[in-house]
Amino acid sequence: MSTQIEHPATPSPTVGIEGSAVRRGDRVFQGLSRTAGIFILVTMAAIAAFLIWKAIPSLQANTANFFTTSEWFPDQKPSVFGIAALTFGTLMTALIAMILAVPVGIGIALFIAHYAPPRLASVLGFVTDLLAAVPSIIFGMWGLQFLTPQMEGLGKWLNDYLGFIPLFRNDSGQYSKSILIASVVLAIMVLPTVSAISREVFVQVPRAHIEAALALGATRWEMVRLSVFPFARPGMISASMLGLGRALGETIAVALILSASYTINWQISEPGGNTFAANIALRWNEAGDVGLSALVASGLVLFVITLVVNMAARLIIARRSEFSGAN
Amino acid sequence: MSELTRDERAESEELLHRALAGARLPRWGIAAAAVGAIALAIILNLTTSVAGVAGTVVVAVLLFLAIQTTWSFRVEGRRHAVDRLATTAVYATFIVALAPLVAVLATVIVKGMSVISSTFLTTSMRNISPRSEGGGLYHALIGTLQQVGIAAMFGVPLGILTAIYLVEYAPFAKSRRLSRAISFFVDVMTGVPSVVVGLFIFTAFVLTLGMERSGFTASLALTILMLPVVVRSTEEMLRIVPRELREASYALGIPKWRTILKIVLPTALGGIVTGAMLAIARVAGETAPLLLTTFLSQSINTNPFKGPQAALPTFIWDQFTSATDASVNRAWGGALVLIVLVMVLYGAAKIIARYTGVKRG
Amino acid sequence: MAKRIDATDVDIYYGAFKAVEGVSFAVEPRSVTAFIGPSGCGKSTVLRALNRMHEVIPGAYVEGKITLDGEDIYGSTIDPVNVRRTIGMVFQRPNPFPTMSIYDNVVAGLRLEGKKRSKSDLDAVVEGSLRGANLWDEVKDRLARPGSGLSGGQQQRLCIARAIAIEPQVLLMDEPCSALDPISTLAIEDLIDQLKERFTIVIVTHNMQQAARVSETTAFFNLAGVGKPGKLVEIAPTDVIFSTPTQQATEDYISGRFG
Repeated sequence: MSTQIEHPATPSPTVGIEGSAVRRGDRVFQGLSRTAGIFILVTMAAIAAFLIWKAIPSLQANTANFFTTSEWFPDQKPSVFGIAALTFGTLMTALIAMILAVPVGIGIALFIAHYAPPRLASVLGFVTDLLAAVPSIIFGMWGLQFLTPQMEGLGKWLNDYLGFIPLFRNDSGQYSKSILIASVVLAIMVLPTVSAISREVFVQVPRAHIEAALALGATRWEMVRLSVFPFARPGMISASMLGLGRALGETIAVALILSASYTINWQISEPGGNTFAANIALRWNEAGDVGLSALVASGLVLFVITLVVNMAARLIIARRSEFSGAN
Repeated sequence: MSELTRDERAESEELLHRALAGARLPRWGIAAAAVGAIALAIILNLTTSVAGVAGTVVVAVLLFLAIQTTWSFRVEGRRHAVDRLATTAVYATFIVALAPLVAVLATVIVKGMSVISSTFLTTSMRNISPRSEGGGLYHALIGTLQQVGIAAMFGVPLGILTAIYLVEYAPFAKSRRLSRAISFFVDVMTGVPSVVVGLFIFTAFVLTLGMERSGFTASLALTILMLPVVVRSTEEMLRIVPRELREASYALGIPKWRTILKIVLPTALGGIVTGAMLAIARVAGETAPLLLTTFLSQSINTNPFKGPQAALPTFIWDQFTSATDASVNRAWGGALVLIVLVMVLYGAAKIIARYTGVKRG
Repeated sequence: MAKRIDATDVDIYYGAFKAVEGVSFAVEPRSVTAFIGPSGCGKSTVLRALNRMHEVIPGAYVEGKITLDGEDIYGSTIDPVNVRRTIGMVFQRPNPFPTMSIYDNVVAGLRLEGKKRSKSDLDAVVEGSLRGANLWDEVKDRLARPGSGLSGGQQQRLCIARAIAIEPQVLLMDEPCSALDPISTLAIEDLIDQLKERFTIVIVTHNMQQAARVSETTAFFNLAGVGKPGKLVEIAPTDVIFSTPTQQATEDYISGRFG
C-alpha cells in the first residue's frame, strides 16, 4: 500500500533489564504472524496447483479445441467441450455490469461522503453497508421473479429505438433469461462493493486538501475533482477492481437468471448466455469424472482471468503510488 | 485611496462587485425546473410513445437535468452549471441505486413473512416432499451456524496475524519481498471467485485427500473466502493507529509484541471486530462453494465433520430450484431468515464499532 | 489591488453553539493585521468568516456584516466561490495537492477558471508566484516533481504561491508557521513583509513575538469563560498593544500572566 509508515528503528532490547524475555516474546509473535502471512501464499499456490492438476484429465480427453469450442459435452465419448461461449458470456455480463455500476457506485459514495448532510449520510452509509451483505442467491431470486418482468419494457424500448445497433436488437420477442438482466442484477450486486470502498477513501480525504481547493475558489464539484478524486483514485480503482472480481466470478445469481446455454449471442436482451461460474454451479451435480474435471478446467480459466484483472489493477495503483501519499 | 476621483472610485467598486457577485438561480428555480420537467414528461407520456412509469420518470429526470443545466449556464455561467449538473447526478445515482436495493429487501420481507412460523424455524425438511407445504429450515440454520463458526475460528486469527505481520513487522524485515508478495496475494485472493475456492477445496480435500463432503469441507472454503477480507480490514485499522501511540509505548520501554497486544490492537479493536463480523456476514450467504463442497441434507445433522449437512444458502437453492409453489415459498422464507441473520451480524458489528469508540480519519 | 475589510457586530455559530460574539474591527489595505489570543478564543473562526470558509462546515453560519471595500461579502447576490477567489487563504498545515506537481499546484486556481491560457502565460504566472513566495530558486529545476516532496517550509511557501497566483485582494493566514521550524518560520515572516506591498494580510498566530514582528495592527481575542463565545478584547496598532494596552486582559496575556 502507498501509506508506508516509516518507523524509526526500534530500540534494541538487548540491554534491557528483561532483555532475553523481551526478545523471546517478540520472536514468537513475529514468527506466528509471519507464518500466517506465508499461509496465504501457500493457499494461493495450492489453488493454482490443484486446479491445474485436476483439469489435466479432461483437457487430455477433450477432442475439441478448448478455447474456440462453444459446446459442452465433456462426458460424451468422445469428449467435446470448450469455453468460447462461457468466456463471451462472462466478459459481456461483467463489462455491462461495470459500465452501469462504477459511475453509480462512485456517485453514491460521493453523495454519502461529500454531499448529504452528516446525519443523513450516516444513515445512508449504514443502509448501503447492509445491502452489501445481501447474499447473492437472494439477488438471483429477486432478479428472476421481480426484475425480469420489469426489464421487458427496457428490452423492447432498446429494440424499438436502438435496434439498429446489433447489441440491442431482439429478434426472438423473448426478453427473459437474458445477458442484459443478468448484467443489471450483477451491477446492483457490485454497487455496494464499489460504493462502500470508494466511500471509505472519500471520507479519508484530508480536510486540509478539501479546504485548499475551496479556498482557491472552487465549486463543490471542482473541489471533488481537485482534492477528492486524485486522493481517492487508487481506492476507486481498487473498488472497481473488487467489483469487477465479484461480477466476473458471481455464480449463484447468474445461475438462477441464465440457463445453461452454449451459444455466443451478441443480442443481449434475448434469452441466452452463460458464464464460467454459473456453468460450474449448473453442471456440477450431473457431471461425471471427465465432466467434473472439465468444470475444474473452466474454473482454472476463470481463476486466471480474475488474476490478470487484479494484477493489472495493482500495477495501475503502484504506478500512481508516488503521487498518492498523504503528506 | 483619497487621491482617487469619485468616478474612479465608483468604477473600482463596480469592478469589485462584479468580482464578488454571482448571479444565482432564484431559490424557487430548482423547484420550478423540477415541476416543469415533470409536467413536460407527463405531456410527452400522453402525446408520444414515452410510456410506463419507469420510462416517464427517466424522461422527467433527463428533462430536469437539461432545463436546470441550460438555465444555470445562461444565468450563472459554466462553472456553476457544471457544479449543479454534478450535484443532481450525484443525488440521482443515490436514488437510482436505492430503488432496486429497497425493492430486494421489500420482496424478501413480503414473500418471506408469509411462510415464517414457529414450525418453519424449528423443524427440518425430513419426510416432506417439495410439493407439500410445511417443513422448515432448522437443519439449515444449525448447519450455517456451525460452518460459519468453524470458518471464523480459522479465518479471523489467521487474518489478524497476517495483518499484524504486514503492518508491524514487515517494515523492519531485511527484505520487503515477502511482505510485498503477501500483500499482493491478499489482494488477488480478494478477487478469487467463491466458486473457484469451492473447486479448490473439492479438488484438494475431497478428490485428493479423500475427505467426505461435509459441513467441515464447506467451512474450509468459507475460511479462505473470509481470510483476505479480515486481513484487509485489520490492516487498514492498524494503519490508522497513530505512530505516536506506538512510540510513546516504546519510549516507556515496553517491548514491541506487548505494544502490539496492549496498545495497538486495543486501539484498533473496534474496527477489527467490525471487519471480522462483516467478513463473517459476507460468507454466511455464500452458496456456490457450499454446492461444490457439501451434500445437501434434508434432516438435522449436528456433526459438521460427518455426513451431509444443510446450510441456509443451499437450503434456499434447493427449495427455489425445485420450483413448486410450496418450495419457492420456503425458499423466500429461508431468504428472509438468512437476511435477518446477516443483518444481525451487521448491526452487532456497527454497535461494537460505536461503543468501542474507533475514530476514523 | 489590496482592499480594506470592515467587520461590524459579527456573531459566528457552529450549529447552536455561538463561538464568537459581537466582533467589530477594520483592516486597512496593504497592512498586516495579526489576530492573537489563547486557544479556542475564536480567532481562527473569525478569520475563516472573512472569506466564507467558515460555512463549509455543516451547520456553521455567520451573523452581522463583513464588507470588502464596502461590499457586503454575505450579501444575497454574492457568490461565496468568488469571495474565496478574491480573498485567498493559507492554512495552518501546508496543504499542497499531493497528487499534483509543483507547477500544477501553483496554477490550480487559474485552471479552475477554465479560460484558455497559453503555456507561456502559465509559465510566467508560475515563475512570478513562486518568486513572490521566495521559492523559485529552490524549485525551478523540479517543477514537475510532486509538491508533497518539498520540506514543510517549502510546502507552505508553495501554498502561498498557489494562493497569490490567482491575484487575490486579501490574504488570510491561519497560523501559517505553527507547523514549521524556526528557519522556515523566518522565511515565511520575511515573505509576509514583502507580500504586504501587494496584499492586505490578516494573520492568526499564537506566537506573540511573531505578531510583534510582522504586523502593524494587532487584535486580541479572548474567551469570556468556558463554553462562552469568544470576543474581540481590543484592536490597536501593534506597538500600542505590546506597550500600553488599554485592557487588563490584554496586558495579562501579553506579559504572560495569563490564566
